[in-house]
Amino acid sequence: MSALADRGDFPLLAANPELHYLDSAATTQKPRAVIDAIARYYECDNANPHRGAYALSVRATDRYREARQRVARFVGASDADCVIFTRGTTESLNLVASAWGRANVGAGDEIVITGAEHHANFVPWQQLALERGAELEICPLASDGRVDLERLRALVTPRTRVVAFAHVSNVLGGVNPVREIAALAHEVGAIAVCDGAQSVPHMPVRFDELGVDVYAFSGHKMCGPMGIGVLVGTRPLLESMPPYQTGGDMIEFVYDDRTTWNVLPHKFEAGTPNVAGAVGLAAAIEYLEGLVSTCHSERSEESRATCHSERSEESRAGKEIPRSARDDNAARDDNAARDDNRSARGATGVLQGMDAIAHHERALVQHAYERLSEIEGVTIYGPDATNRSGVLSFTLADIHPHDLATILDQQQVCIRAGHHCAQPLMRRLGVPATARASFYVYNDEADVDALAQGLLRARELFGYAAT
Amino acid sequence: MPQPDASPTLAALYQSLILEHYRRPRNHGVLEDADVAVTVKNPLCGDQLVLQLAFDDTGAVRAARFRGQGCSISLATASMLTECITGKSREAIDATAHQFARMLEGDADAATEPALGDLRALSGVAKVPARIRCAQLPWEALERALSDGR
Repeated sequence: MSALADRGDFPLLAANPELHYLDSAATTQKPRAVIDAIARYYECDNANPHRGAYALSVRATDRYREARQRVARFVGASDADCVIFTRGTTESLNLVASAWGRANVGAGDEIVITGAEHHANFVPWQQLALERGAELEICPLASDGRVDLERLRALVTPRTRVVAFAHVSNVLGGVNPVREIAALAHEVGAIAVCDGAQSVPHMPVRFDELGVDVYAFSGHKMCGPMGIGVLVGTRPLLESMPPYQTGGDMIEFVYDDRTTWNVLPHKFEAGTPNVAGAVGLAAAIEYLEGLVSTCHSERSEESRATCHSERSEESRAGKEIPRSARDDNAARDDNAARDDNRSARGATGVLQGMDAIAHHERALVQHAYERLSEIEGVTIYGPDATNRSGVLSFTLADIHPHDLATILDQQQVCIRAGHHCAQPLMRRLGVPATARASFYVYNDEADVDALAQGLLRARELFGYAAT
Repeated sequence: MPQPDASPTLAALYQSLILEHYRRPRNHGVLEDADVAVTVKNPLCGDQLVLQLAFDDTGAVRAARFRGQGCSISLATASMLTECITGKSREAIDATAHQFARMLEGDADAATEPALGDLRALSGVAKVPARIRCAQLPWEALERALSDGR
C-alpha cells in the first residue's frame, strides 16, 4: 500500500528519502502547509490577541478564534466556546484533575482509572487521590489490553467521582468503547474524562456523540506544532469548574480583594495564548481533512495491489480539487457504502479525511502485524489487527527494545523503545520495556518492510538462526 | 535500499563478547556481606541497576555483584565492570574509570588499554551517541558506591 499523504508534503521526509519514520505516536512530522501557516501568522498577523485597540490585534484575535472554530468542527463539538487551548494533552488532563478535582474530590471518594493509562492520565489522578485522601482504583484490563467493561462495572460505586481512561492506548493501540464507559460513569454520578491523544489524530471523533464530559488531545501528534493542545468539555462542567491558572485574559474584573472570571473559553486560558500554535493546528486539520483515497474492498492480495496504486493516483488528484468543490454529503454516502459489505458488491469507495486515515492505518497495521508475526521470537502486545489503531508494540526474543531501536536506527528505521510513559502498564504486561512502531499518513508498505528487515538483522546480530 | 556504514557500526557495537556477558553475566545476584549498595536509574528508559561492593582491609574491592534491568550494553558493561574491579585498589579503579570514559569519547589509545580487559569490547559505543548513557550507568553506580564506601 502506498502512503496516503505525499511524502513531498513533509519537508523533513522529503529531505531524508531513506528515512522510515515509525514513531508518529510520539510526534508526527509536519507538512509544509503547517510550517507555512505558522510563518504566515508571524509575518502577517502577529499581535497580542484580545487587546483589540488596533486592526492588527483584531486580526490576531480573528486568527485565534477561527482556529478554535476549526478545531470545534473537526472534533464534532457544537459549542466552540467549550474548546480550550492548552499546551497539550498533559496540560489538558492536569487542568481537569487540578481544577475540577480539587473542587469535587474529597476524603473517601474514589477515582477510577485503567491499568493502561499514559502517565499523563495516571499521575495527576494518583496525586489528586493522595492529596485529597481519596482512593485510586485501577481497572484491570481485558486479555487484549482494552478496558474490561464488566470489571469496570464492578469497580464503580456511588463514591466514584471520576472515571478517566484513554480512548486508544498509546502502547497497545486498542480502541476502548468510549460511550459504554461514559455511560457506566454517569450511572453512578461520576464524570467521564477521556484521553484522546492517540485517537483524534487517527480516526473520526465526534465529541458531542461520545457522551464524555471532557476530552483531551495534542496538536503535535496530528501534524500540528508542539506546544498546542485541546481540552473539550461540556458547558455545564466547564462553567462549574474553578479556573486552573489565574492572570491576564482569564479575568473579568479585578478588585483589590477579589476577582471575577471571564467567560468560556477564556476562563481557562490565562496569559497570552499560543496563537501561532492554534493557527498551525488549524492548518494541520485542514491538511488531514483534505487527504483522499479510494479503495476496493476485496481482500485478495491482487485486488489490494490494484487498490493501492489507484489510491495513490486518486490521492494526488484529490489535492487538486478545491475544498469548495468537495461534496461532504457525497463523502458521507461513500463512507456509508464503505461500511456495507463492499466485498459482496465489489464497489470502489472514496474515503476522505479521518475516514481515509483510519482506513490507511488499519491496512498498514494489518500488514505489519502479519509481517512481524512471521518473524520467529516476535511477541506482539495488545489486540489483534482488527481492533487496534496504528500502534504496534512488540518484543523480539531476549533482545532488549533499546538494542532493537539502535539496530533499526542504523537502518534508518525510527521506532520508540522503552516504557512509553506507561510504567504501570509495563508491569502489568510483565516486561520492563517494549519496542513500538506507529504509523501515520506518510507511511507505506516499504516502511513496514524495512522494519521487518531490520528485525531480521537484529536476530542475526544477536546470533539467532535465519528464519 | 543502500545502508551506508550500517553493518560496521552495528558489528562493532554488538560484538560476541558483549552478547556473551549480556546472556551470562558475571557477578550477577546479591552480595550477602556487602559494605555498600547503590541503585542507579535511567528514568528516560526505565533501566535500573543495583551494584553492591565489599572492601578488604586496604580498601580494595574484595567482591562486586550487580542486578537489575537493562539493555545489552548496560548489563554487559555492569558484568565486565564487576570483573574488572574485583581485587583492585581504589587508585587502580579510578585510573580504569578514566580510561573507560576516554574510550567512550572515542579515544583510540584508551580502547587498547590492557587494564580495561573485556570492557574494551565496548569501544564501538562511542560511535552510537544514543547509547553512551547505557555504558555510563554502571560506572555512575560504581562512582557513587566508592564515594559512599569511603
